[in-house]
Amino acid sequence: MAIAGLGLAVSVQALPAFAQPALPPDTMAARVEACTPCHGDKGQGTSDVYFPRLAGKPAGYLYNQLLAFRNGRRRYPPMNYLLEFLTDPYLQEMADYFAEQHPPLPPPATGNVSEDVLQHGQALVTRGDVARQIPACASCHGPALTGMEPGIPGLLGLRPNYISAQLGGWRYGTRTAKAPDCMQAVAARLTEADVTAVAAWLASRPAPVSLAPAPKGAYVLPFQCGSEPE
Amino acid sequence: MGSRSRIIVVLASLLASVAQAQEKDGAHGNNIVTRGEYLARAGDCIACHTAPDGHIFAGGRAMPTPFGTLYSSNITPDPENGIGKWTADDFYKTMHTGRFPDGGLIYPAMPFGSYTKVTRADSDAIFAYLKSIPPVDQKNRPHDLRFPYDNRQLILGWRTLFFTEGEFKPDPSKSAEWNRGAYLVEGLGHCGMCHSPINALGGTSQSDAFKGGLIPMQNWYAPSLTSNREAGLGDWSTKDITDLLQTGVSARGVVYGPMAEVVHNSLQYLTDEDARAMALYLKGIAEASSGPPPNSKLPSSESSLLLSLGKTVYDARCASCHGTRGEGKPPHWPPLAGNQSIEMQSAVNPIRMVLNGGYPPATMGNPRPYGMPPFAGQLSDNEVAAVVTYIRTSWGNRGTAVSAREANELRSAPLD
Ligand code: HEC
Ligand code: HEC
Ligand code: HEC
Ligand code: HEC
Ligand code: HEC
Repeated sequence: MAIAGLGLAVSVQALPAFAQPALPPDTMAARVEACTPCHGDKGQGTSDVYFPRLAGKPAGYLYNQLLAFRNGRRRYPPMNYLLEFLTDPYLQEMADYFAEQHPPLPPPATGNVSEDVLQHGQALVTRGDVARQIPACASCHGPALTGMEPGIPGLLGLRPNYISAQLGGWRYGTRTAKAPDCMQAVAARLTEADVTAVAAWLASRPAPVSLAPAPKGAYVLPFQCGSEPE
Repeated sequence: MGSRSRIIVVLASLLASVAQAQEKDGAHGNNIVTRGEYLARAGDCIACHTAPDGHIFAGGRAMPTPFGTLYSSNITPDPENGIGKWTADDFYKTMHTGRFPDGGLIYPAMPFGSYTKVTRADSDAIFAYLKSIPPVDQKNRPHDLRFPYDNRQLILGWRTLFFTEGEFKPDPSKSAEWNRGAYLVEGLGHCGMCHSPINALGGTSQSDAFKGGLIPMQNWYAPSLTSNREAGLGDWSTKDITDLLQTGVSARGVVYGPMAEVVHNSLQYLTDEDARAMALYLKGIAEASSGPPPNSKLPSSESSLLLSLGKTVYDARCASCHGTRGEGKPPHWPPLAGNQSIEMQSAVNPIRMVLNGGYPPATMGNPRPYGMPPFAGQLSDNEVAAVVTYIRTSWGNRGTAVSAREANELRSAPLD
């Protein structure tokens, strides 16, 4: 006992004499530095076409995604790994942080697709296709495509590759959302050509005056979505 | 305060904590279910017996092994699929002997080699707790093991070599606190399951206990808890050890990978008394001296090239958090200078840290941890090797150089 006590006292004294080094800044910005090489320091996205913009999306939507990654329901191993031992309230704080950032949108992407393809994309996004029971994307994602609180994301500022990959994820079942998974129902009705067209047209849109998502309940959805409780 | 009075204060607080530890044991006894829940956490049953996004203790978690995949069992009180029909005797027998109630042999992936040390009273408390949780009607998934490992009789050979049945025997020459620590580390905590070298038969031998080893299939190195050149804690202060175990971060280093899981699910729930007891025991098993550490041996021209690239990468990518002299901003941005977990013979952990980044676990003591970005997508194999060599050999660190091939091989290490 006495020896243990002695050892302890000695090791306390042997600690380096210089002043206690400073702590990192007590901010969320410092706490999410693990995310920003991929998502940009304000969540604006990076040059990698598969790394999505996070800034300004509804906090509820971002939170749902973080939960899905942590629990392994949405798969991207580098992110699944980072989030594995973080708690719900902390993920909510991260979601709030990125929802509150408002960096400008990137310049519209001028892809090398034909005018016909763009027009097909615009038609699906703004009017849908009644014959094939495809609702207009705008009927859920909002007339300005800036989404709605709390669970529907805006579709602007995303690159065509990312949009296609996510729609593909729903079509092939590798991305799922809370049931009823309305995006799954929509994506299942799209063909490969539809996906290319909506992705290209969405990415070609200029920034709207306001990027803010519509308030909760601003409009009625064509059918129910688990991520957007009534 | 003079050093003399400081020693007296330290002694007094150690004595007080022994008294508290004894009091606590009594206090725990009041409600067997609460006590059982605490002990189940100390045993980290949840880590293996709950699948990701699954029901608590309903099993079905896949455990890849070199012999195929095992699936953990449903240990909820469901009468058909769980342990609803078991008695406290059945349960103790399973924990203590590694056999099912019908005598069948249990795979050692269930750490009965450690749990055999658990007392009957503690086993009964864990059983009472498990009986109190909601039953889940979920069938056990059959194991998927290759021939001949699917034959449970093979376990007999393994048991002969590596299993010693028997409850923990306190060492009367040591304090009650030391014995409590030993009981938790060797028994419920099953620390040796990862921290001992695993031989070709998937066993760990008594003489190699806590000597460190590469965890098969996961590609993480669990350092030796006895060598002060690895994770031996001989020269750590008790506070730094309890900080590390209970919060996941400390002034000396942080936890990550599989150890983050252990802190998250288990160690953060320890009482201060139990954490101190563990710390005392862990300090005690660290060998007094481990001899001079290996010095970095690189042909000098090659090494100066590698080191100058390493320094360039470090200053651009790492110094903002870990400091230009590796001093960090502890506990959140860990120091790299004098950090044992970087200097170890095996460079697997620091390489993976750079490739994969990480967050320490969010714990009650550190609910909003700071994170490190993954660099796999930003640095080439050469740059990873260079920066890891640089941190292993700078600021008085005495690790060895790392090759681009080692960095490359770890890019495909599993992330779950
Ligand atoms: C290695 C790069 C990388 C890092 C680091 C990273 N992410 Fe991601 N993140 C991605 C990619 C790629 C996706 C899209 C995954 C997919 O295909 O589903 C994504 C998706 C997301 C989404 C869903 C976005 C949406 O619109 O659906 C959120 C939210 C998110 N990340 C937050 C974070 C946070 C918070 C961190 C830090 C804790 C982080 N990410 C770290 C690459 C990264
Ligand atoms: C019935 C409502 C509804 C309709 C119609 C709809 N969406 Fe969605 N969409 C959602 C919801 C809800 C989410 C969020 C799902 C989640 O929580 O993961 C979503 C998410 C998305 C995402 C993921 C965004 C990201 O940042 O990862 C994309 C891309 C998307 N929708 C595209 C489309 C397109 C293209 C259409 C039209 C073809 C469309 N959606 C039509 C409800 C809808
Ligand atoms: C390292 C992973 C691991 C940990 C930790 C673990 N178990 Fe297990 N356990 C297993 C596996 C795997 C099996 C299945 C073994 C077999 O089929 O031979 C099992 C089987 C069992 C069984 C037999 C149940 C049945 O009917 O098959 C019981 C009871 C049990 N564990 C209780 C516990 C308790 C209590 C704890 C915590 C004190 C615990 N386990 C911790 C992996 C683990
Ligand atoms: C944004 C701040 C940040 C940057 C930049 C950063 N790290 Fe880290 N580093 C951390 C944090 C936080 C941890 C603890 C992570 C954990 O526990 O999972 C850590 C942990 C480590 C560890 C393990 C330390 C231990 O105690 O065992 C090593 C090694 C490491 N970093 C090396 C590097 C190197 C090399 C770089 C540059 C290529 C780097 N880090 C860049 C914040 C950072
Ligand atoms: C599932 C495997 C596993 C189990 C079980 C486990 N460890 Fe670890 N432990 C590791 C790995 C891997 C590392 C290296 C990563 C790190 O340093 O965090 C480690 C590191 C450590 C370190 C060194 C941390 C540092 O910064 O130098 C200590 C101390 C430690 N473990 C103690 C324990 C104790 C005590 C127990 C039992 C209660 C335990 N471990 C159980 C895998 C495990």
